[in-house]
Amino acid sequence: MKVLIPSALRSYTESSQAEASGANLAELLLDLDRQYAGIRFRMIDEQDNVRRHIRIFINGEQVDNLKQPLRASDDVTIVQALSGG
Amino acid sequence: MPAKAKKSTAKRAVILVATRKGAWVFHGDASRRKWRVDGPHFLGHTISHLVLDPRDNRTLLAAAKTGHLGPTVFRSTDMGKTWKESTQPPAFAKVPDVPGGQKGRSVDHTFWLTPAHANEPNVWYAGTSPQGLFRSADGGVTWAPFSIINDDPQYREWMGTVQDGTPDGPKLHSIIVDPRDAKHLYIGMSGGGVHETHDGGASWKVLIDGMEVVQGYGLDPKLPTCHDPHCLRMCPSNPDRIYQQNHCGIYRIDRPSDTWLRIGKSMPKKVGDVGFPLVVHPRDDNTAWVFPMDGSGVWPRTSPDGKPAVYVTKNAGKTWQRQDAGMPKSQGWWTVKRQCMTGDTRDPVGLYFGTTSGELWMSRDEGLKWACIARNLPEIYAVETALM
Repeated sequence: MKVLIPSALRSYTESSQAEASGANLAELLLDLDRQYAGIRFRMIDEQDNVRRHIRIFINGEQVDNLKQPLRASDDVTIVQALSGG
Repeated sequence: MPAKAKKSTAKRAVILVATRKGAWVFHGDASRRKWRVDGPHFLGHTISHLVLDPRDNRTLLAAAKTGHLGPTVFRSTDMGKTWKESTQPPAFAKVPDVPGGQKGRSVDHTFWLTPAHANEPNVWYAGTSPQGLFRSADGGVTWAPFSIINDDPQYREWMGTVQDGTPDGPKLHSIIVDPRDAKHLYIGMSGGGVHETHDGGASWKVLIDGMEVVQGYGLDPKLPTCHDPHCLRMCPSNPDRIYQQNHCGIYRIDRPSDTWLRIGKSMPKKVGDVGFPLVVHPRDDNTAWVFPMDGSGVWPRTSPDGKPAVYVTKNAGKTWQRQDAGMPKSQGWWTVKRQCMTGDTRDPVGLYFGTTSGELWMSRDEGLKWACIARNLPEIYAVETALM
């Protein structure tokens, strides 16, 4: 499925968009990490929490549960939060 | 025919500057008078520490994070021409989700990097915020939690909470490896005191006797959590001597004694002995430099009276002399953080420091005269040097 990548992570993907697959969000992030080594840990901490200034949206809905099921037609958007100044 | 200029054989100094918004490398000429700037590296990344491995003089590690992204470590083996990211950065062990169970910790940033013993090539240690100790056995490519400290209930209590540490989080720092024994390490915890291990981290001993509690406060000085060592430095010429710049004083310990001596009491009263960094002489264990900060009132932590100065002792802390030639005589409200002052091993020793206002200063003559070699950098987080 299509994954939109924020500018802060494009040093990994070299593109604003990536293709990845998985039955749920956790699997999708692992697939991204297989393709772009190191990208997952910059977004998800070692306790499997989405990092403080990262947001993940599935079809426009914010999700923070990595067990969230996914369908092949879903759009996943990773956003660097509007935080800081 | 003109005589050929004599080619200097002196090693050239390199200054590694880590800032809140990236890293810079300054390459000095043989006289340390001209500096070529190389950077920024990782523009926009918060670089807490940039360290060159003295065992191979080519492996460079950078502890990095950004405002949005989690922490990582970058590695270069060509002085920063190219970088590769650690495939397994420092991270605490995953704690299973159990209702009511203890929550696992997450590394916010790697704060400190130390190359290990000369006989352990490729081994590095890292200290993090929140406080954790990590080890790499492959030159910084992969990292794993090290020793009992990260999960020991007693140490977790001494580390305190986020509220007990420095403004941007409690830090494990000043990881020192005894050059005579790879298993003998010291660490500093802000807060949490000073600790040492003789068995490579299997067990640790608290080393806080003689350290005073901040302004008294009626707290028990025997409690490690009440102590905030800012910077520990072991003397290369005498590994039994360690100097400490603490939140509330300058100390020295001469092993095997277990008691710190507050040598900062001999500093001028108007200046005091609060500060962050401390530098020791590479060949003379009686000589050390500090950069005093104002610890009065609400603790501005700026140069006392707006008159920045380094202070040097040449007799192990019995007396101190002011060294400020070249620095502003007034209205210089500088802050120099604990990793932001260092020295090279040339003779005379070159001293270097960086300010939170983005100025990089150096002295070619052990502090007698100072010159600014860079302005307008981002907030400086760490300054290290190496000879190439």
